[in-house]
Amino acid sequence: MHRSTSFWTFFLPPSLWLALFFLAPLALVFGFSFAEKRGLIDIVITGTLDNYLRALDPLYLRIFVKSFWFAGLTTLICLIMAFPIALIIAFSSAKWKPILLLLVILPFWTNLLIRTYALIAVLRTRGYVNFSAEWLWEKANAGLNLLGLGDYQLLGERFVPFELLYNNTAVVFGLVYVHLPFMVLPLYAALDRMDRSYIEASLDLGAGQLRTFFSVVMPLALPGIISGIIITFIPALGSFLTPDLLGGTDSQMIANVIERQFKSANDWPFGAALSFILMYITFFALAVRALADKGNRGSGSTPA
Amino acid sequence: MKKLGQRAKSPLEYGRSAWLRLMLLATFVFLYAPIITLVAYSFNDSRRNIVWRGFTLKYYEKAWNNEGLIEAFVNSLTIAFACTLVATVIGTMAAIALWRFPFPFRRAADATFALPIVIPEICMGVAMLAFFSRIGWPTDLIWPFNLGAITIAHISFSFPFVAVVVRARLASFNRELDEAAHDLGASPWQRFQDILLPHLRPALIAGALLAFTLSLDDFVITFFTSGPNTVTFPVKVYSMVRFSVTPEVNAASTLLIVITLVLTSIALWLQNRGNERHPG
Repeated sequence: MHRSTSFWTFFLPPSLWLALFFLAPLALVFGFSFAEKRGLIDIVITGTLDNYLRALDPLYLRIFVKSFWFAGLTTLICLIMAFPIALIIAFSSAKWKPILLLLVILPFWTNLLIRTYALIAVLRTRGYVNFSAEWLWEKANAGLNLLGLGDYQLLGERFVPFELLYNNTAVVFGLVYVHLPFMVLPLYAALDRMDRSYIEASLDLGAGQLRTFFSVVMPLALPGIISGIIITFIPALGSFLTPDLLGGTDSQMIANVIERQFKSANDWPFGAALSFILMYITFFALAVRALADKGNRGSGSTPA
Repeated sequence: MKKLGQRAKSPLEYGRSAWLRLMLLATFVFLYAPIITLVAYSFNDSRRNIVWRGFTLKYYEKAWNNEGLIEAFVNSLTIAFACTLVATVIGTMAAIALWRFPFPFRRAADATFALPIVIPEICMGVAMLAFFSRIGWPTDLIWPFNLGAITIAHISFSFPFVAVVVRARLASFNRELDEAAHDLGASPWQRFQDILLPHLRPALIAGALLAFTLSLDDFVITFFTSGPNTVTFPVKVYSMVRFSVTPEVNAASTLLIVITLVLTSIALWLQNRGNERHPG
């Protein structure tokens, strides 16, 4: 009796808040995704599937494919970069482990916008990378002059800055920069839990480091790898800021199209459908992760 | 069994391999070089040139005298304070309700409360935009009430994070203490106030600081809920960044980095001190 009254005192305020200011807005957008636009601000929910069908238009399909490609490539690069880092941290001494972990997490605490801005400052044509390249060019040219080769202009007439920003490479670079810690942490957690005697046994029985890595470490770390892939891929797929600030006209991702529908293009039903397609993909990925977790727990319970 | 420590280099000490060390170093350079250059050049005494021309604080002074920037900063702080207050209270309530009371559909409730953490930010942003415009939320209120919509959106995405932090702390709560108090005749409120709350204190402070930094840092969701008169610090920095790269933006960014780092460090320190048994 007491229990139930105190339960509702605790449960009601957060649930009401969630229902009113989170679930209701989502439900509204879900409704809009089946709606038609009549007039400038008039939206009528008619149950039409046109908005979803429009997402299959080659123009938008290409953006979906591109977003998947960007997010997939980002995830792959993050995986390749993060594995050695996670391995070193998991097997480092008790003194170094927290320091290295902190160094990986620290960039997380820096505002995403500011990290993206930092990349712009580094990569732009008048940025630090091009500035250093120009300096090297001048030194090299001076060296060639010293050698008496100055007249041949071997390095070109003048320094041409690299176009490092506002293209697809810049977007993937930025996505990797932002999402790398997402990959390191689950990999580290999996490697840290791993029973090391398997690795020792493999090495003792004559397998080399590489073979041990691919046939012992990787399979044992598989749940961590799947976890890392999913929690890197989902936010990368829904990225708005990185393609917006670092990309060119041809580097739009799904989130940029959604933003345009809700702001300048003013086509909310279509934006709502795109936004819910992104949600369905997210839920699907989370379900895969939950299944992988379950499968792992099932096989882990068998005594070795 | 062989003793790993006695050999010069055991095969499991990956940190001692030169190649792996080099990769670790390269990754940290990749992660830190842009941020460090950004901070360093906020003190550089040269507007256009990226050559180091000596130390100066004039860009901080400039940022300080930029009315739009300061207004945005005050807005951000106001929103963050209000958001922290509400998010900490309802986040803690959610954590206690979900932890203490076994009830059917608990897993579903758990998952629903975790939703704001997992769905893409852009989806939540447009949902908030659609919601507030559809219900006709007034946009012409006087300050600080015009910040209401942004504050509500911030509370919605930050209180589940508070709940996660508090929930972790609840796992180490000794229920026998509570039962003993109950047997000795303490009322539910007394037990809550004198036993549960003191145990939760480090998590409450950590959760509050987390909510504060999440609110202060948010760009995407705010971008969709803010109007021309309700610009927050990240939204203002965004419009400046779109426009140009200037040392003034570097100075403003550096300030935000420092504030976030300090607050998060305190939160993490408190959390670690609270859960000594859960390292990392």
